[in-house]
Amino acid sequence: MSDTLETADAEVWPYPIRYGQVKKFESDVVVLGGGIAGVWSAIGAARQGAKVILVEKTVTARSGAGGAGCDHWQWAADNPCSSVSPEELTQALIDNQGGYRNGVSTYIQCASAYQALLEMEQMGGKVRDVDDEFKGAPFRDDASKLVFAYDYDARFVLRVWGNDYKLLLRKECRRLGVKIIDRVAVTGLLTKDGETGAQVIGATGVNTRTGEFNLFKAGAVISCMSRPQRNWTFSSEMRGVSTFRPPTNVGNGHAMAWRAGAEFTMMEKSMRSPFASPYSYPSYGVGNAINTWFACNIVDANGKEVPWVDCNGEVITNFDQRYRPARGQKFFIMGGGSSSHPHPGLKEYAGPKLTPDLAERMEKGEFTPPFYADLTSMPDHERRVIWGLNVGEEGKTRIPILQTYSEAGFDPEQDMLQTYDFLRGSGMREPVTPQERTFGEQGICGGMVVDWDLMSTLPGLFGAGDLIYGSQDHSHAAATGRYVGRRAALFAVSQQNEQCSQEQIEAEMERVYAPLGNGSINGNPGMDWKELNAALCRVMQNYCSEPKNAELLDLAETWLDDIAENEAPKMVADNPHKLMRALDVLDILTCDRMIVHACKARKASNTHLHFNRLDYPEMDPPEWHKWITIRRDGNGDGNGATVGEMPIAPWGDFESNYQARI
Amino acid sequence: MQIKNTQVLRTPNAPTPGRPVLFNPDICTGCNICVHFCMEDIFMPAAQKGALPTILYPEECWYCGNCVDDCPEPGAIALNHPLMQRVRWKRKATGEHFRVR
Ligand SMILES: Cc1cc2nc3c(=O)[nH]c(=O)nc-3n(C[C@H](O)[C@H](O)[C@H](O)COP(=O)(O)OP(=O)(O)OC[C@H]3O[C@@H](n4cnc5c(N)ncnc54)[C@H](O)[C@@H]3O)c2cc1C
Ligand code: SF4
Ligand code: SF4
Repeated sequence: MSDTLETADAEVWPYPIRYGQVKKFESDVVVLGGGIAGVWSAIGAARQGAKVILVEKTVTARSGAGGAGCDHWQWAADNPCSSVSPEELTQALIDNQGGYRNGVSTYIQCASAYQALLEMEQMGGKVRDVDDEFKGAPFRDDASKLVFAYDYDARFVLRVWGNDYKLLLRKECRRLGVKIIDRVAVTGLLTKDGETGAQVIGATGVNTRTGEFNLFKAGAVISCMSRPQRNWTFSSEMRGVSTFRPPTNVGNGHAMAWRAGAEFTMMEKSMRSPFASPYSYPSYGVGNAINTWFACNIVDANGKEVPWVDCNGEVITNFDQRYRPARGQKFFIMGGGSSSHPHPGLKEYAGPKLTPDLAERMEKGEFTPPFYADLTSMPDHERRVIWGLNVGEEGKTRIPILQTYSEAGFDPEQDMLQTYDFLRGSGMREPVTPQERTFGEQGICGGMVVDWDLMSTLPGLFGAGDLIYGSQDHSHAAATGRYVGRRAALFAVSQQNEQCSQEQIEAEMERVYAPLGNGSINGNPGMDWKELNAALCRVMQNYCSEPKNAELLDLAETWLDDIAENEAPKMVADNPHKLMRALDVLDILTCDRMIVHACKARKASNTHLHFNRLDYPEMDPPEWHKWITIRRDGNGDGNGATVGEMPIAPWGDFESNYQARI
Repeated sequence: MQIKNTQVLRTPNAPTPGRPVLFNPDICTGCNICVHFCMEDIFMPAAQKGALPTILYPEECWYCGNCVDDCPEPGAIALNHPLMQRVRWKRKATGEHFRVR
């Protein structure tokens, strides 16, 4: 094997350059972002007969967090084997987050994820154990050949063979006549008369290879651009760009909808988490007992097994019980146990996990580090389902883990994979510093406020998937995409042909191309996108980390304003690829501002939002148990925020609202 | 002591990690399919048939493996984890240690 860095033809850009050239597109529906939610939205709208354009920053065939695979089809309470109803599961998932989870989109997921999976099957996706690999296993329904994960009694999470789902979804889009435009980064939304807070009638984009400017005019716009990342932690020099979700997901969708005047909520939530750390390991590629590796045996250096406990704290002696609800428990949500997992959740729904006192017992000498995930001692079907199905179909595992480790000689029947959480043995290490926080990398995070049509507060602008503060799952993106595609298509039919504002388009072109005017870094006082990204993280670490107070947050705002005025305008790009990266960092700056606004607006500490204010130390005061909303203030420089609120459960009855719209 | 290759150049430091994938020039046909499927667009396409794509932005790799998965020529391209990311395992029966190479 060799690489070709040395032979790189350094000088010539291989694609034609079309800076400033404008190409126009018109459709009934335009979908922004061709990830999981995006392709399902396009399919949903196209099936209504709408003319659909899908715009994707990278390559639809593989893009997004779900493009590299999926092994768990979450919360499919509508599948025939589930013992829990969609209503009950939705409520449990909301309660488990203390109320801070989008109930509308979570219900759509719980009520239709399985229907979406059946459509996936029709497109050629493997959703059942048709080869009888796991015949007779306790997680398999032998009649339907469906295989389940976690709670083998409740059966609302399926194991699926999703490595190639994205390729199949793209094919289905093409079959339905969706026009796919790859390598165009959407930069902004077009509003009626160019006004902030008005109806959304289109979008702008820039080609990441040619620099061509694109205009998309449509009756309805669906935003599926995932969520912010790289707000607290950014490094490219250690393991590549340090994000859990793809580095190209930076919250463009949040930033442009904010600029257009849409309302956002839960933007104050961020979590201490190692997920975006440059020191983390390849996802799913270390020994642990959660998620993909649930419920693997963990042993210490001498082969001594770490005990499992249930939600009552009782030690689990029977292996099969790791996959069953505890005494008095109806069902459980995930499990596996990990010290730094988003938040502990309710005991009522807690799954079996490794004993939480492992660190103390290790200090007393009862266990000896390092620890290992011991697949060799697992029952045959559990070993084969973890190493082969889960590791193999889960995103970023087919090649990076299954193939690479196997070729290096790893044999699940003989070998034990080291865990790197030496102290706790829980499979997910603690962050190195308290400032190691994440916004959108992992966990349920803030997003665009949507109603039962999944339409934002701006008419014509819809949202789906990770963007809308609901679940952070593949099946959530699929189910909400499938649903919003229909709603948006219906909306589009009744729309007038609005004219775009030339002024708004020209202002956006100026903004988008600005970094090109700054010349090359050599000999210029310009700044590379990476340096600016790192600096923004520093601001957030120092002034918007834990704990917070008014003065710190004011300083965060001052710093962000200062950078926006002084350094950001000097950011340099000398080709369309770097232009995309530079524009991304400008949007990270916008997302940071949104986060700081929301943090200032919540004048109370909150356990579930991981939100600690020194100046409002009382935890969870009942009068603050509500959603805080923010939207851009059109006055002044337009960087201020108008603050509002929503009651904690604004969605009304789940079933009737949902049934009225399908 | 004799040191070979003494041509001294003014070169910047290379970005790291610098080798996210390795090509096998004996197998790779230069079809550029990996270039097409790379969502981070870290490659520049091979200029002509038979040449290899080049890695322009190695530090932007997401290590998803899609380029390898979607390459039509088995063995033409391999994922190469950064050294600090290579994990260890232990053979239960013998206690021998191994690692990702
Ligand atoms: C490694 C990994 C494994 C996972 N495994 C599972 C699993 O097994 N089960 C599960 O339920 N969930 C899993 N998830 C989560 C799941 O993949 C996501 O929740 C899901 O993909 C979200 O869908 P989405 O469409 O909202 O976002 P994405 O799928 O991330 O799509 C967002 C899309 O928007 C595009 N985009 C962004 N900005 C722009 C712009 N400016 N212009 C145009 N396009 C833009 C991106 O390129 C991307 O294609 C996993 C995530 C990761 C990272
Ligand atoms: S590595 Fe594979 S996909 Fe890439 S150019 Fe070579 S043969 Fe084609
Ligand atoms: S591993 Fe993924 S991000 Fe890296 S070069 Fe291959 S396709 Fe691109």
